[in-house]
This record gives sequence, C-alpha cells and structure tokens, in this order.
Amino acid sequence: MAHFQKKSAKTKQDVPTSAMPDVVFMLLIFFMVTTVLREVELKVQVNYSEAENIEKIEQKRLVSYVYIGPERIGPGRAGETKVQIDDAIVDDIQAIRTIMYDKLLEQPRLIVSLRIDKDSDFGLITDVTQELRHAGTLRINYSTKREI
Amino acid sequence: MLLKKRKRTEPEIPGSSLADIAFLLLIFFLVTTTINVDTGIGLTLPPIPDESIEPPPIKERNLLKILVSAQGLVLLDDQPSSITEVKEKVKTFIKNPDSDPNLSESPDKAIVSIKTDRRTPYNVYINMLDEVIGAYNELRDEASMASYGVPFKSLDETSEEYERIAKDLYPKKISIAEPDEG
Repeated sequence: MAHFQKKSAKTKQDVPTSAMPDVVFMLLIFFMVTTVLREVELKVQVNYSEAENIEKIEQKRLVSYVYIGPERIGPGRAGETKVQIDDAIVDDIQAIRTIMYDKLLEQPRLIVSLRIDKDSDFGLITDVTQELRHAGTLRINYSTKREI
Repeated sequence: MLLKKRKRTEPEIPGSSLADIAFLLLIFFLVTTTINVDTGIGLTLPPIPDESIEPPPIKERNLLKILVSAQGLVLLDDQPSSITEVKEKVKTFIKNPDSDPNLSESPDKAIVSIKTDRRTPYNVYINMLDEVIGAYNELRDEASMASYGVPFKSLDETSEEYERIAKDLYPKKISIAEPDEG
C-alpha cells in the first residue's frame, strides 16, 4: 500500500488583516457623518406617502416639524389621529397658531415640514394648515418618500 | 564630548485592539442611524385674505379647478378624470398649444386651484399634487432645453435664466382654495 502524502502549500494562508482597522474606520466615519440622532420621540405613527416630483430641504436649520398620524398607544396598536409638535401631542388645534407664531419670531424663514400619515383624512390637515396660515408660517412642505 | 547613549527600542502603541474599538463604535452608529427623509413637496400657503380688500378678478378661462372629492375622485373643471391623466391635462391647460378659448391665455396667467373635501384621503391629494408639480417641472424643462440646451434643474437658482423661466414663463401658481365648512 502506497501512502499518499498530502500536498500542503508552502505559502501562508492568512488573510492580511492589517488594513481592517482602516476599512472599519472608513465605515465608521461614514455612519457618523450621516447619522442624525433622533431628536424627538414620536408619539404618533407616520407612514410617509410617496411622490415623484419632490424637492430636498437643504437648510435643516429652518425646518420645524409637525407630525400628524394615529397615536401610538401600545405595541402594534394605534389610536385616534393626533397632531404632534416637538415632543408633545397638541390636543387643542387652536394652540398651533401661537406655537407656530413663536417659532416664526425666532426663525423668520421658517419652513414647516408636515409629516403626515398616508391614511389620514384631510379634515384635520385642513384645520392645521388653516392655523398655519393664521400664524403666518406660509412655507410648508409635505414630507414624502421618493417613489420607486 | 560625551555622546548620550540612545536606546534603540522604538516605542509602540499596541494597535491590535484598535479594530475592536472601531467595530464597537461602528455598531453603535449603525444601530442608531435613521436615514432621514427630508424630502417632500414644497408649497406656499396663501395668506389669510383681508376682508376689506376685494380679491383681484380672475378670468374664468385662466383658472383650472381641481377638486378631490371625499371618495378620492379627481375632477378637473367638473370633468372626472383619473390621476394619471392629470399631468397631461394640466400641461395642455397651462400651455394651450391650440389657443383654445377655454384654456389659459398664456402660461404665466394660468392658475391651478385645488379644492379638497374634509374626508379626502391624504394619499390621493398628494398623488394629485405630485402630478401638478410634475406638469410644471416638465414644462420648465422643455423651455429650458429649448432656450439654453440644459435641463431646468442644472440652472443656477440665482441666474437670470432660472428667473426668466421660473418667474416669467411658467410661474407656479397653485392656489389652495378655502375649505368648505362642515
């Protein structure tokens, strides 16, 4: 019986790992730059609608967000449609006027970004836009995703 | 002269754990990242009308009334139409290539008026708005290509060419009608 000697390569089979930290750092820096830490805790649920002809808001400093959608009650459950500005739910629609007016005084070139759930009814949205008109914040933006 | 004896061992920072630290940070940022959607349809709301000032008269032919009903149906000047037709119809209304006496006199006089019901689904409204904005974008693109040979988007926003198309030729006159009470 002849023995077969296993052929083994003489070259090293290690994957060179010295460049790994560089690669990882590159990814790290990418994510650090693109990350926006969540500035508000969403109390309403917003599924964006989609559109094709959209524009990007370049100056983020000018933007103030208004969220409209069904309230989050528990996991997987949604309540009535509510309006949220900053961190709180605004129950009194009339109060939006003063809130937005104060914001407008701070930032005269304010853009109001309306982040509205796609299944909302238009009645509440009309009320909110009417309040915005009274407040004088006329530049608005209906937030939508890009349609693919 | 005395020469100082130099130690030949080079000081080194241990670098083997660097990758671990970087991975940890990477995972943290991966988890916390939310890629933001800061895109949308920009509009300017009309100011609250002054009671004492009469609204300026608008010729009927220059006004295209779009109504989105509670059932999500789109009516263009009382004619029911599907969402996909809106863009073409708005384009012919604004441009009026055959000088139809029922359509707008000239593109800069055309006004698109949008009216909604309290029970209009938001989704349909956005789709309709998307089509109207799309119609304007296409017309502006056409004008830009014909005059300057470049698409409208590549024009600088402060340039004279941009102003001419956006303000004089095809101003985006989209009016949000006062909502019905009740």
